Amino acid sequence: MKLAFQLAYKNLMGAGLRTWLNVIVLSFAFVLIIFYNGLIDGWNKQASVDGIKWEYGYGQLRHADYDPMDPFTLQDAHGVLPGASSQSLTPVLISQATIYPQGRMMSIALKGIDAKQATLKLPTNLLSESKADIPAIIGKRMATSLNLEVGEEILMRWRDKNGTFDAANITIAGIFDSHVPTIDAGQIWIPIDELWQMTGLENHATMYIAGAGYEYKAAPGWKFESQKSLLQELTDIIEMKKVSGSIMYGLLMTIALLAIFDTQVLSIFRRQREIGTYIAMGMTRWQVVSLFTMEGSMYSFMATILGAIYGIPLLLFLAWKGIGMPAASQEMGIIVADRIHPVYGLGLVLGTVLLVVAASTIVSFLPSRKIAKMNPIDALKGKLQ
Amino acid sequence: MANENIITIKNLTKRFPVGNGEFTALKEINLGFEKGEFAGIVGPSGSGKTTLLNIIGSLDSPSEGQAIVMGKRISELSHKESAMLRNKYIGFIFQVYNLLPVYTVYENVEFSLILQKIGAPERKKMVMEALEWVGLQDMANKKPSKLSGGEGQRVAIARAMVKKPMIVLADEPTANLDAKNAHAIMQTMKNLNKELKTTFLFSTHDEKVMSYLDRIIYLDDGKVVKDEMITHKTESR
Repeated sequence: MKLAFQLAYKNLMGAGLRTWLNVIVLSFAFVLIIFYNGLIDGWNKQASVDGIKWEYGYGQLRHADYDPMDPFTLQDAHGVLPGASSQSLTPVLISQATIYPQGRMMSIALKGIDAKQATLKLPTNLLSESKADIPAIIGKRMATSLNLEVGEEILMRWRDKNGTFDAANITIAGIFDSHVPTIDAGQIWIPIDELWQMTGLENHATMYIAGAGYEYKAAPGWKFESQKSLLQELTDIIEMKKVSGSIMYGLLMTIALLAIFDTQVLSIFRRQREIGTYIAMGMTRWQVVSLFTMEGSMYSFMATILGAIYGIPLLLFLAWKGIGMPAASQEMGIIVADRIHPVYGLGLVLGTVLLVVAASTIVSFLPSRKIAKMNPIDALKGKLQ
Repeated sequence: MANENIITIKNLTKRFPVGNGEFTALKEINLGFEKGEFAGIVGPSGSGKTTLLNIIGSLDSPSEGQAIVMGKRISELSHKESAMLRNKYIGFIFQVYNLLPVYTVYENVEFSLILQKIGAPERKKMVMEALEWVGLQDMANKKPSKLSGGEGQRVAIARAMVKKPMIVLADEPTANLDAKNAHAIMQTMKNLNKELKTTFLFSTHDEKVMSYLDRIIYLDDGKVVKDEMITHKTESR
């Protein structure tokens, strides 16, 4: 092995530019794989953190009838969880309502939340600090789409528990900036006490957000969605993105591996005399196969070193600076920050190195197998076709 | 040891497939070579010289009969065993030198010692000794592409001799050399033959080579037609 390594190194160095072209392309593929996966992992991490801080908390205890995908369930999906106040749970009551901004009409989800809560990052303190009759906070997306500013009033109509319509002006007490669109677009947050009064659903909640110390105990009529299961959909979407992105670097890897394969085929054809000489000097055929396979593998070792030389500073810089996401990405409906900071885990780096080394070893071995079937006499004469 | 046969050829026949038929390159050859011989197989092109050398070098095997080299029957050796035989006992010198182009002179000569897993300090000593035999100590760091034909063939001799093999097989070693270099090469090999008692076996039709040989085996159409011992009038040329 050591011999094959030494010989392979000498042969590759002797091949000059051909070696470096392969190494450069492979190192580029190598750095790109780490960068792209790091970007996706960074997005996943940032999205998970934002999702937990702004929406999911440590899980959600939902009313059994509540289906977040079906607004019609809101009518009946609420109830009172006995002993909820003594647990680390923040109640959220969701109701349908209509607002009339600048003469237009828009259906919204009206969410009542405990103004004193600290489980979510929502600035609910603005609700308790406001002197308005019905203070409300909205997200930046909502504010932008409705052209609303802090202090403005807007007419809102809602139905109480009996289905009777009522209307009042709400006052925008604050606009929060969050990367989580599902707490922002089409939603208005008001103090839950107000919403209880407005709807007559005293102490009712559609769901409870679990805090840090919450321990789930089965409650009839309620179902618990753990933090992990709430994040699952997000993780699935991001993983899908990872798979689609892998096509790009898969193509680049294929080009690099084809270059190695091609180089190996040409090398074996051109170096027949050398192969014959190795065998005549006492190398076994499989030692020669190993030597040529090692040469191919060494492209990946050299690519790793070259990739590390320019890749480490580049990737660290990008991780520190972050990658700016286009404004349109905020409209995608999933959690995306303005800048995503790639995260390069040890597993990602080692996994990529192993992938590149294994792939280049395989594509080097395939043509090298031909050596095992070579007639050394024909090889010495350079007669093989 | 003086009369010990290190190569024995018994009723050796070698056939090659050609189209739908066969071509017989060697027909019932019977020969023996002792340690320290300086012998040549001579004959026109296609007479079977190189084929016989290849079989002795375990690069090929007989179709019929036996080739026994250092007590090993060539036809019964596996790839690994024949590689071991070559590595340990046989050195090759080729017509076109076959030096490994990316290695220096030193590394080319060192190669077979690395295969024998000899330690670095010992290897260095042996390589420098072999380069001294062929007068190329000063060219150790040169690449083969920087050498003349004569120098290249001397490196090939050093490479074949560095492991002090029992047998050196030289296939037309002077074919690409001018007369002066051919004589110098032959003289070098003759000296090594005397000094190290290595058996040299040549395949040639070069008169210059023949003039150095102690034994000449004439092959024609795959058969031994003459096997004569040569008595040289003077030892030094």
